[in-house]
Parts: sequence; C-alpha cells; structure tokens
Amino acid sequence: MADPMKIRANMAGDKVEVKVLMSHEMETGQRKDAKGATIPAWFIQNVTATHNGKTVLAAEWGPAVAKNPFLSFRFAGGKPGDKVVITWTDNRGEKRTDEATIA
Amino acid sequence: MNCSRRKVLKGTGGMAVLGLAVAAGLFKPGSAWAEWNKAAFDTKSLNDAVKALGGAGATESKDITITSPDIAENGAVVPFTIASKVPNTAAVAILVEKNPNILAANFEIPQGTEPWVNTRVKMGQTSNVIALVKTSDGKFLYASKEVKVTLGGCGG
Repeated sequence: MADPMKIRANMAGDKVEVKVLMSHEMETGQRKDAKGATIPAWFIQNVTATHNGKTVLAAEWGPAVAKNPFLSFRFAGGKPGDKVVITWTDNRGEKRTDEATIA
Repeated sequence: MNCSRRKVLKGTGGMAVLGLAVAAGLFKPGSAWAEWNKAAFDTKSLNDAVKALGGAGATESKDITITSPDIAENGAVVPFTIASKVPNTAAVAILVEKNPNILAANFEIPQGTEPWVNTRVKMGQTSNVIALVKTSDGKFLYASKEVKVTLGGCGG
C-alpha cells in the first residue's frame, strides 16, 4: 500500500487552495536497470478531488509527471471545516484515497 | 471489486465512509472515470495531442500564462504553474514538446474551480513547454514557453 498523501486545504480569499503531495515512484518506462532491462512504467493515471461529493478537479496524468507528484489548485464554494477528498489510481490498478479538512 | 473490504479497512470516520461511497460510485468497472486516454498520452506532436483530446486544431492565445523556471537544473522535477484567463476554460493540459510522449498531464476544470494548476513534470531535454486549454465549447488554445534543462529527467 502506498504511503498516505499529504494534503493541505486552506482558504485563500473566498477560494480554497488545495496542495497535495503524493508518494509514488512515477516510473516512466524509459529507464533501464543495471542489467539493461527496461524498468516497466508505473505511474498515477487518474486523480480526482471532491468537495461535498462534487468533483472539483479531475486529472489524467502520464509518466512525465515528476516522482512524488505535487499538485495545487483552487476552487470556490468551500468553507472551513469542509472536507476535501482526493483519490488517485495508478496503471497497476492500485488506489489511494485521503482527505483533509479545510482550515 | 473488493470495495467492501476497503470499506471495512478504512471506514473509520463518518466522512471517510462518505468519501468511500463517492469513490465506490466512481470506481465501478467500466465507468468513464476509470478510463485513461491512452491515445492522447501516446501522441508525439501538439496537433496529434489536440486531435486525441477531441479538437481539430489549436490557436495561440495570450490569455494563458506559464510560470516556470527559464532554466531547470534538474529535468526530473520542473515546477509549472498554468493559469488561464480564457473564458469557459474546461481543461488545462501540460505538454512537453521533446519528451518521448508529448502529453504530460491533463486537468479537467469543473465550474467553480479556478483555471489554475501547479504541478511538477519531468523533462528529458531543453524543450518548448505548451499549455493547452480546452474551452467548454470545444475550442483549443495554447501558449508555449522554452525551458532549458541542464540535466535530463527521463533516461537513466
């Protein structure tokens, strides 16, 4: 099981600014190991963020997103105490869901 | 699907259960969400990427700004902020022209979310980086910026 995401959600004016740090190898499938064999690609493909059940961001990623991905975005309509739930799925079908409270 | 197992494992708080219910709804096999646009991520040029994302062509726009270092010392981690002032921005994509596959990430921006994303991508070599914006009526606009890379982040 992958490590938990670090999520921060803070009010920035009337919007909520969300910062997420995920823990993932994001292997490109381009690299080779010491024996010359290609290391298979392993990366997060889908990321969704929801607030009160409404999707506030949906992303599709390729292997070009950096290792241990960082993502930041802002949405309207949130207030302190609300929860933001973030889920990712990688190309091996592994998933991870974490949540944060808006401060 | 072993969703029920996950529920038992992780359903500790009330909100966690709600989150899982949402997740379970989204993760139904064959649902649109679980699909990943492989065709778009296999493309090699801006035009092909636009086509794979459902557009005919893209025009340059001054309403899209790319904020990034001009020179990236480490191509494995290059931070980008993409902001769009294009009305009705529905999606923002980051493309790196000289990477093995051009499309790095595609963000769908629902109503209420600011057309502003900040993330970090890998760059194999010095290249133009393109921010591609899709509007809700299906138009594609882009802006590009050259980023010099001292050390590539793709090969080994």
